[in-house]
Amino acid sequence: MNLAPSLIIALVIAAFLAAVALFVIVIYNGLVRKRIDCDNAWAQIDVQLKRRYDLIPNLVETVKGYAAHERETLEAVIQARTRAVAVASDAQHAAQKAEAEGFLTQALGRLFALSEAYPQLKADKNFGALQEELTSTENKIGFARQHYNDTVARYETSRQTFPSSVVAGAFNFQKREYFELKDAAVREAPKVAF
Amino acid sequence: MIPPRKQTPRPLSAAEAIARAAASHPSRPAAPVIPEAARLAASAYPSSITYLDLIRRNKRESALLVAAMIALGVLLGALIGGALGPYVQGINETRRGFQALYTVPAGGAADEMLEHYATTLDDNRERVDSAPLRVLGADTGVYRDLAVLLPSILTGAGVALVASSLAAAWAWFSGSSAILAMSGAIPISHSDDPQLFNVVDEMRIAAGLPMPRVYIINDSALNAFATGRDPEHAAIAVTRGLRERLTRDQLQAVVAHEMAHIRHYDIRFAMLMATMVGLIVFACDAFLRIAFRGGAVHGHGRSRRRDRAPVGGFAIILLVLALVLSIIAPLLARIIQFAYSRQREYLADAGAVELTRNPQALADALAVIADDPDPMVDTANRGTAHLFIVNPLRKMARAHQSLDTIFSSHPPIQKRIARLLALMR
Repeated sequence: MNLAPSLIIALVIAAFLAAVALFVIVIYNGLVRKRIDCDNAWAQIDVQLKRRYDLIPNLVETVKGYAAHERETLEAVIQARTRAVAVASDAQHAAQKAEAEGFLTQALGRLFALSEAYPQLKADKNFGALQEELTSTENKIGFARQHYNDTVARYETSRQTFPSSVVAGAFNFQKREYFELKDAAVREAPKVAF
Repeated sequence: MIPPRKQTPRPLSAAEAIARAAASHPSRPAAPVIPEAARLAASAYPSSITYLDLIRRNKRESALLVAAMIALGVLLGALIGGALGPYVQGINETRRGFQALYTVPAGGAADEMLEHYATTLDDNRERVDSAPLRVLGADTGVYRDLAVLLPSILTGAGVALVASSLAAAWAWFSGSSAILAMSGAIPISHSDDPQLFNVVDEMRIAAGLPMPRVYIINDSALNAFATGRDPEHAAIAVTRGLRERLTRDQLQAVVAHEMAHIRHYDIRFAMLMATMVGLIVFACDAFLRIAFRGGAVHGHGRSRRRDRAPVGGFAIILLVLALVLSIIAPLLARIIQFAYSRQREYLADAGAVELTRNPQALADALAVIADDPDPMVDTANRGTAHLFIVNPLRKMARAHQSLDTIFSSHPPIQKRIARLLALMR
């Protein structure tokens, strides 16, 4: 069988193009999967942030029952909450959201520090349950943030390393921001030296 | 004040941290102190080791172990098949002899199967004795025997493969509920124990997994395990003793260890492995019974053979091999299972640190667990022991904490603590 040289060349080119297309499809799907992971991880943070907003009015009411005259601290918590709620909750506003949440965490910290001075408040069963829920929600926000940042790191690594960076550029995969708390006291955490 | 997630950047000495924890919980018995030997062992690990390295290494070696286990099962099946082949044929020839003598009416499914088997062996022998194989020397000595026995060997290996797949399928669909029921674990909801539920929720968020079911085992020993076929069908069970005697951080560390088992799919491997070991033990036991009572060894079946000997020396070699292997295999299977289990424990410890970023809490928790004066979980048995965070069967708690043998299902606790301390430097 004698094939014309031009036909052979055409076949080789076609095979090459097919291989490139397959390569691009695999990388593209990988990037999309990682981007969806980022969105899911962000949703996890969002659920916990909302849960904290829901718990705070309850907490403020309970504390008011025992320490109504600590208006300043209570109002600071309410204000911080209102401000945090106002910031749009999507991955694009991660940095601003993080800042507002940092303030809220600080205000709550002051409120719980204050409760130490009121033995009756500390003995209140409802307050105890709220404190456990808020402590846990705080932890959950922290762990969700840790998971989100790990996920973003994986996405950003694929987005910025060759050859997937070419595909990411061609299909306009946007940069995702890390969720970093601005407040130093909250941030002090994961500096474990491995 | 809300205690911020406790992550100690400064590598505290474990003894110091435990003493501090004990001071805040005066009701608990005196806290154990991590011995100097453990701290020395910790310094033996290179400081550049990361939990990612541990995970990678453990995963690779674990895969090798599972492959070895499957190979052992198939080899055993092949040998048993080869050794029992002539025996089955012996029965069959006896039966046919009786049929000829007393004109016993043949029929029935079992009868047809035996008939078919005998015909196959006969055909095969004829084929072996025929010209092409004779040229290759297949008609002499062991080659002929091997060729005659090949169908039996393949049947044995095939049956072993099918049996282990069926067992794996059973473990896949109902293994975890069987394990939970066996352990007397009671499912709980958020309102039963908000703190335990919150701790599990925190850890599954850190791992990015769906919420597993939570169970309590009513036992004063300090222990916990995870089971299920994948993170979507997972369950975590902790004992009442563990729930009562650990601080929140320590409880979190233990739950993180279990969550790491789930995340790494250890729970699936452990379940399949336990099923496979059980199957090998069962198969060997069954073979030994048939061999000794049924007469393959004493030669009942063989002595009544008619003129033509189906197999010669090779069958005897095979029989002896099968006997030896079926005595050794259950032992070997357990050794492999335990080696695998020990690695999984180290791997899960590393995974727990990845989730909590707090090796200290897990080291503390293990130290408290090691100090448990009554560590036996009543509902645990040899089949489920390897699932727990520490061996629930150890009778001499002290001895097993520092002993590292091929028959331990868990690494010694002091060694695990040493590795955790190594992560903190």
